[in-house]
Amino acid sequence: MLDLSLAHRLGDFTLTAELRIGAGVTAITGPSGAGKTMLLSLIAGLTRPARGQISLNGISLVNTETKQFVPPHRRHIGQVFQEARLFPHLNVRHNLLYGRLFAGRNRIGPALETIVDLLDIAPLLHRRPRDLSGGERQRVAIGRALLSNPTLLLLDEPVSALDPVRKAELLPYLRRLRDSTGLPMLYVTHQREEVAELATAWVRVENGMVTADQ
Amino acid sequence: MGDFTAEEMTAIWLSVKVACWATAVSLVPGILVAWLLARRSFPGRILLDAFVHLPLVLPPVVTGYLLLLLFGRNGPIGRMLADIGIVLSFNWTGAVLACSVMAFPLLVRAIRLSMEAVDTKLEDAAAGLGAPPWAVFLTVTLPLSLPGILSGAILCFAKALGEFGATITFVAAIPGVTQTLPAAIYGLTQVPGGDAAALRLTLVAALIAIMAVTASELLARRVRRQVEGRDA
Repeated sequence: MLDLSLAHRLGDFTLTAELRIGAGVTAITGPSGAGKTMLLSLIAGLTRPARGQISLNGISLVNTETKQFVPPHRRHIGQVFQEARLFPHLNVRHNLLYGRLFAGRNRIGPALETIVDLLDIAPLLHRRPRDLSGGERQRVAIGRALLSNPTLLLLDEPVSALDPVRKAELLPYLRRLRDSTGLPMLYVTHQREEVAELATAWVRVENGMVTADQ
Repeated sequence: MGDFTAEEMTAIWLSVKVACWATAVSLVPGILVAWLLARRSFPGRILLDAFVHLPLVLPPVVTGYLLLLLFGRNGPIGRMLADIGIVLSFNWTGAVLACSVMAFPLLVRAIRLSMEAVDTKLEDAAAGLGAPPWAVFLTVTLPLSLPGILSGAILCFAKALGEFGATITFVAAIPGVTQTLPAAIYGLTQVPGGDAAALRLTLVAALIAIMAVTASELLARRVRRQVEGRDA
């Protein structure tokens, strides 16, 4: 369960959010520039809110009252971006296992084989990111995030950079992920239709206002 | 052209030794300073930047003289070092210091440029996967800027090999002790009949420089392929 209540300013743009997000896929929709990416950046810890608090499963991540701030690498929040952001100097296998280097003994997540099967990426393991198609890269990026054993997965426009065919190819994997892991996911997109089948809850972001959407 | 005299051979080897040491001791501080300038904002950042570039814009003689004032036998740092048995003035180790200082801006510049070219989004992604800042540096920033580090190191080596003004001011040109290749060439041009020997040493200097630059280019190409993930 992700709990947040915060306000943040950037220039003359203000984002205010009051949210409780549970299991399943929560779609966060809204036009470009509405503050969706800023919201994710605040949750991931790449940005500090001007005011407010965020907690995940009862553990406080940031609280401006008590001046508490958990840095991104200790939040256990997986991220998948529009561009896959795979490490170009590592092959797919090493990209996938990267998060494990830092997971610690009591946080070993799913087995590599499980994730590789889930995402059908076994044939790609020894390739370099630049030799992958856009859709393959995104699947590896999702696998990499899952193998870091996150308690929450953020997906920021994960299929926007793909053509319609690749897009249609990737969505079933996300559905599989939703049904087989129970990992809470925040899925940001500016296209509602994209997540229509996937989403179990909706959040709307418009002009910096974040509201639960029915 | 004839054979090299013992003194010429000594000058050649001394230069190579000094340039190797200068590169070796500058590398880690160079990477650190480049990283600070490329990735951190802190008070005094502009001052650090200016300070690092100083040897590039000051006359080498001035840099050498400042080194003499600081690290010479009676200099504040020189005296402290002498107490623990390290003597820099009029010693080959002093030549290493002078060459390091003179080459440092070039080293830092090359490394900094390639670090700035590393996508910060990859660093954010690494942090999101649980990597603490030191690990992000070691596993993402550093390997991705390796081509720049390599070319910076070679530039540093080449600069150190040719350094003259600061070295001769700080440690003079004592044959066999601090007389490096450029100092030997300069010395030969000042005595009658030294032309042939000066030319010989000039060719050696050119040869070493060309070999270093070629080797670095080949190496950098290989590393770049490795880093960018193209199959070699």
